[in-house]
Amino acid sequence: MSASAPMLRVEVWRGGEEGRFQTYEVPRRTSQTVLDVVTYIQQTLDSTLSYRYACRVGMCGSCAMRVNGVARWTCRTHVTRVADDDRLQLAPLANLPIVKDLVTDMAEFFNKNDRALGRFRGNRSRHERMAQVRPDSPARREADAGIECIGCAVCYSSCDVVAWRPDFLGPAALNRAWTLVNDERDIERAPRLVAVAGDGGCHACHTQGSCTVRCPKHLTPTASIAGLKRVTARALLRGEMPTTEGNS
Amino acid sequence: MKPQVVQQVRRWYWQRITAMIMTLFVLVHLVLMIHAIKGGLSAGEILARTQGSVLWALFYGLFVVLVSVHASIGLGNILVEWARLPQGSARLISNLVALALLVLGLRAVWAVTCGSMP
Repeated sequence: MSASAPMLRVEVWRGGEEGRFQTYEVPRRTSQTVLDVVTYIQQTLDSTLSYRYACRVGMCGSCAMRVNGVARWTCRTHVTRVADDDRLQLAPLANLPIVKDLVTDMAEFFNKNDRALGRFRGNRSRHERMAQVRPDSPARREADAGIECIGCAVCYSSCDVVAWRPDFLGPAALNRAWTLVNDERDIERAPRLVAVAGDGGCHACHTQGSCTVRCPKHLTPTASIAGLKRVTARALLRGEMPTTEGNS
Repeated sequence: MKPQVVQQVRRWYWQRITAMIMTLFVLVHLVLMIHAIKGGLSAGEILARTQGSVLWALFYGLFVVLVSVHASIGLGNILVEWARLPQGSARLISNLVALALLVLGLRAVWAVTCGSMP
């Protein structure tokens, strides 16, 4: 490349919980994404830099990090959109323990998906007729609205309530639970409502909406959580919730 | 569901229900205040209107109850989230605040309804 190519000044978090920002100079390119910048640093300037990515096309949800303080998916974030004065600051996602550099330990994020019973359980075998779910039914539309989550943890990193209450399930797990609450084939609705209720669940949400603003897939976890609040409170008032601890 | 989770959900909807009712109460209260000071603001004039008024006492008595429930639940959440207090301590403090608001508020309502002029 030519010596006169415009350069990007990139501060990258190095180390674990205790660490510091290290500055690199990266040449600007056309249509350059933030992930391209990180890859350039790792492949050309400093092979000890750790970061995650897989698909590079916004499907896998593994390349999320904080870019100039804001959690984003880096493979679909163009440098021109986020680099003020040709500067970038890259840090690992917030609200998750740092493993090294830009890599966080995602275990708690995915464990919370389990705690919210975020997996489908039906009662039909392959030998039975497939369930008929009307695409235009209200429940199916609710499920559709939240189903495209790629598990990137951008919402989790952006949520103040997660920072204040470490036991809060977070927007992604609650959004996932809401899609299943609206899945008429699922048989774990009642235990799921129990799992997502209370101060560790949907009722701790302040409806600040950071998750919805930041979600790269333009989902609205805030609306999903509001739905869970409504349904759980109603179920409790009607006595439809098991009031002793279940086995889940 | 664990009993404490049931309590958490109940606290959540009681705070919402009290908020909804209080929006009406606050409106009535504001209109009442603007009306009340039209003829000047004096203790005598106000007490002449409130003393013996059952309607006034009921309205503000209920208002005090709503405020006590709503504010104490919110305060408890703030103590957990911002002051990092454990749930038990936060709830104890918020219940004491609820009691204080209730006693002070109801005593004030009683004083201007049933009390005599100094």
